[in-house]
Amino acid sequence: MEANSPLADLRGIAKHFGEGESRVDALRGLDLALYPGEVVGLLGPSGSGKSTLLNIIGCIIAPSTGHMTLDGKVVFDGGWTGGDLRKLRLDKIGFIFQFHNLLPFLNSRDNVAVVLELAGQGRAAARARADELLSYLEVDNRANAFPAHLSGGEAQRVAIARALANHPRLILADEPTAALDSQRAAIVLDLLRKVAREQSAAVLVVTHDEKIFDRFDRILRVRDGVLEG
Amino acid sequence: MNLAFRDIRHKLGRFLLTCVGLALLLGVVLSMIGIYRGLVDDALSLVRAPAVDLWVVEAGTRGPFAEASRMPGDTREMVARVPGVAEAGAVTYQTVETRHRNESLRLQVVGYEPGRLGGPAGLAEGRAIALRHGEVVVDIRAGIALGDRLRLGRDDYLVVGRTRHHVSTGGDPVAFLSLRDAQDLQFLPKPSTYRRDQARGAPPPTTDTVNTVLARLLPGVSPEAVTREIGRWKHLGTATQVQQEAILVQSVVEKARRQIGLFTGILMVVSAVVIALIIYTMTMDKVREIATLKLIGAPDRTIVGLILQQALAMGMVGFGLGAALVNLVADKFPRRVLLLPEDAALLGVLVLIVCVLASSLGVRLALRIEPAAALGG
Repeated sequence: MEANSPLADLRGIAKHFGEGESRVDALRGLDLALYPGEVVGLLGPSGSGKSTLLNIIGCIIAPSTGHMTLDGKVVFDGGWTGGDLRKLRLDKIGFIFQFHNLLPFLNSRDNVAVVLELAGQGRAAARARADELLSYLEVDNRANAFPAHLSGGEAQRVAIARALANHPRLILADEPTAALDSQRAAIVLDLLRKVAREQSAAVLVVTHDEKIFDRFDRILRVRDGVLEG
Repeated sequence: MNLAFRDIRHKLGRFLLTCVGLALLLGVVLSMIGIYRGLVDDALSLVRAPAVDLWVVEAGTRGPFAEASRMPGDTREMVARVPGVAEAGAVTYQTVETRHRNESLRLQVVGYEPGRLGGPAGLAEGRAIALRHGEVVVDIRAGIALGDRLRLGRDDYLVVGRTRHHVSTGGDPVAFLSLRDAQDLQFLPKPSTYRRDQARGAPPPTTDTVNTVLARLLPGVSPEAVTREIGRWKHLGTATQVQQEAILVQSVVEKARRQIGLFTGILMVVSAVVIALIIYTMTMDKVREIATLKLIGAPDRTIVGLILQQALAMGMVGFGLGAALVNLVADKFPRRVLLLPEDAALLGVLVLIVCVLASSLGVRLALRIEPAAALGG
């Protein structure tokens, strides 16, 4: 893949739910490219289609029509072409959630290591990589703590560590700062910027949080299923 | 990393509490099976105790356990002289209600001639009856100590020996008396009745009646041949040991057996429903975690394994606790609970099968959870 080619390239992506009178067009022929090293904000009112777009880029739901490539490989062209979608997500995409979604029965280290073990790594290697990531995100002192005992900021950093575990090329974040105060929200965004730069990953952040708008390289706005501007 | 084990360890108290509930349920199932086994074994203990080949009973009856059977006392001598009979013993059976240490006590009284067939299969302590009158051997279940005196009818009897697992089909402990004592107890009229019968010129009462005559045959002699010989006396009938056991099980304990079997079956179904509900609820509690796992790339086998392993762990721990509990309290039951290792093993396997089937509801739910459920608030 060329240095300037997009990591995620979406062409003519449309998605509708239902048929006939109950048909809802969530996305209408949308084009979008995400490049390595950039952090892109995705804004839009409720029902504008940004969650649908995130689900499509994350290979969670299939578009109705369109063409999509991820990391240089065609993954959708009228139908899924990338094989096992879960494997694709495991290898290529990191997810960060609004409420961190850490597994409550695993400590911080194992919450990160579980992704690596699912990808086939051995226990020792997975734990070593998890420790390395927790250290990178400066939460290594909470490696043995369970999610219930982490602050919001600590939990979100562990969630970021989990998202980074398999060296994903694309990181999708759904309202990652919604549950954080402005100071911690800024720290999280700066972390994502650092990751994007250092790992040549593309980061797409769905947000309503105006206090972090200035930390994006680009801001995309979705309204009625199309990208504005 | 075993996610099922980690989840259990994280909520250990809740898991163990669920297992205790399941253990009580499975303990009831296991004790029902034990009660059934005990019922059959107890019922057979009385018929197996004499270890004979042939039961001679009143013609047209099926023996002393299924219905009334009365024969003259000299039947024993007649049977003993039949070719092929090695030895014979006359026996009476009756149920007696008495009091001991101010407590009501129900006993199955067996009368036999000391030294002849019909006595207890073995003694737990003490000795067998040696005198023709005044001694009794009683089962430990009666709670009467060796050397105690037991009031039966108008007489006191000295407890000289105690047996174990000698009870009637109804679970009453067996008391062995000499034949003469048992006949008097069963057939001798009260003094007032006796005087009235004498005053109206009735013949003197006879107590020389027995309920059955037991026969042990010479080696190589077929019971059928002796049965044909005895059948020549029209007032006598016979049943082999196997037939007598079948009569006892089919006629006397069959209804109880079916009742307990039905109840055990219902309990198994209830257990399956309870396990299914628990697994389903446990899965419902983990919808977000399962969705997250799917979203980050966990294959279906990881999700199914999480649910199935928890179901099996719950079943095994519940069954283990239940079995241990029943073993601890089995002796406290009013009726004998006979716990056989093969029954426990079979129930264990059944519980595992039920767990797998019951978890299918939870697995179905888990597989239907969309990864998108992990996103958003």
